[in-house]
Amino acid sequence: MNIQTRRGPQRSLAAAMAGAMAVALMGQIPLAFSQQKSAADGIAEYRAMIADGNPAELFEAKGEGLWQQKRGPKNVSLEQCDLGKGPGVVKGAFVELPRWFADTGRVQDLESRLLTCMERLQGFDPVAIARTSFGKDEQNTLEALSAWISAESKGMKFNLPQVHPQERRQFEIGKRAFFYRGGPYDFACASCHGEPGKRIRLQDLPDLTTNPGDGIGFAAWPAYRVSNGEMWSMQRRLNDCFRQQRFPYPGYASDVTVALGVYMGVNAKGAQSIAPALKR
Amino acid sequence: MIFDQPKAVANETQTRRRRVAGHWRWPLCIALVAIGAGCASTAPAPDYDALTDQMMLASFREEGIAKLDRLQQDQANAACSKVQGGRLSDEQASAIQQAAQKSVRMPADGNFIGDWRKGETLAQSGRGMTWTDKSAAPSANGGTCYNCHQISRTEISYGTIGPSLYQYGKLRGVKDPTDPNARGIIEYTWTKLWNAKAYNACSGMPRFGHAGVLDEGQLKDLMALILDPKSPVNQ
Repeated sequence: MNIQTRRGPQRSLAAAMAGAMAVALMGQIPLAFSQQKSAADGIAEYRAMIADGNPAELFEAKGEGLWQQKRGPKNVSLEQCDLGKGPGVVKGAFVELPRWFADTGRVQDLESRLLTCMERLQGFDPVAIARTSFGKDEQNTLEALSAWISAESKGMKFNLPQVHPQERRQFEIGKRAFFYRGGPYDFACASCHGEPGKRIRLQDLPDLTTNPGDGIGFAAWPAYRVSNGEMWSMQRRLNDCFRQQRFPYPGYASDVTVALGVYMGVNAKGAQSIAPALKR
Repeated sequence: MIFDQPKAVANETQTRRRRVAGHWRWPLCIALVAIGAGCASTAPAPDYDALTDQMMLASFREEGIAKLDRLQQDQANAACSKVQGGRLSDEQASAIQQAAQKSVRMPADGNFIGDWRKGETLAQSGRGMTWTDKSAAPSANGGTCYNCHQISRTEISYGTIGPSLYQYGKLRGVKDPTDPNARGIIEYTWTKLWNAKAYNACSGMPRFGHAGVLDEGQLKDLMALILDPKSPVNQ
């Protein structure tokens, strides 16, 4: 969410409305939004209206195609990519990430793992892709792949492994990163996501120090964002959180982003994934 | 950044040597003895705080006005991060609060109250200090106040991370901000805006004056918004 510009309820709801029109819904859109109604209520109504038409589905279809397509310098598909449950197994992989991978000796989240597969199977340069801006070139590939791979675990419950010592270590470090205050505003992730029942402007904030519930917080990303018409992966979500935290720029798939994924993912144990979700 | 394997691997070995427990211990001990690393009979927990600091430094890069020095923590931020939302010891809290109080600069001309209209505009603006902002000068920054606080009655899009400031001055009986009787609440509020850690060591509020986010004139306008009896906030 962009909290930097003023977002009155009228404006954010207007954006939601415009989005609803844009996906060509039939019939009358109820205009009975009272000012007392919370943004969450409005968004929930909007979600229900377009439940059968989440634009994320377009990205899912694109992602599935990219998984199967022979690409890169080696002209190979990603069908032998191991997302943690064996080469080529996609179903159920998303709700167990980040996890430890013996072949890289690292704990990896979905996108960091996809980079590894794009490097090793297809011959892409992972450093160049990590440096590419969101929404450009191979970053678009990663966002589409994330959409499809997360969709293959839709409705499943998060169950990150905490078996390998490195997985437990990343949880401990991720927790500390979550509470790490810094920057000109002294903000940490916990400044906004450390308590239940809080909001910024009208935007409800999930408490990520615990399980915030099915389809909330970690269990809702990647997501299609109506306000800017983009598909956002978890990496992009975290990147914009750090921007608004007034921190420097987190490297794509950098250690801090993976460790935070472990912390939030383990906290979300048992939460049902709705990714790729629909956000305002 | 993502492929700094040599350092990571070195750290892993160190950490693993200290962390191994239970059924991990003996195979690893044997392996480590074999490469001459030795093996302690006890396995103390790794220094997660130090590992976190290392990870933070390795994970970020500078972008625009957001330089890497933003990761450096002063005493207050380091201590408040470490307790992970819990309480500091009384001694620690009091040391941080005293240092924060000393950092406060009262207005040079002795006048604390500016223009509430400008204050409202500032309070509405959430802009400033991100890597997409061009300038870090106070003139480029908003107060981000409504992100976290209710302030005026008419603005219903307010956050709830901080307490409501609606009728802030009125509820505290401020009828004339220049009255010596109001001096206590005026100075308290100025101090809170300048360095919120002066009264609450781990306050979640930015230190607007101390961090150079807002200048004296802007702080006076925010003071007016919540303390001027003419401000809509106090109607």
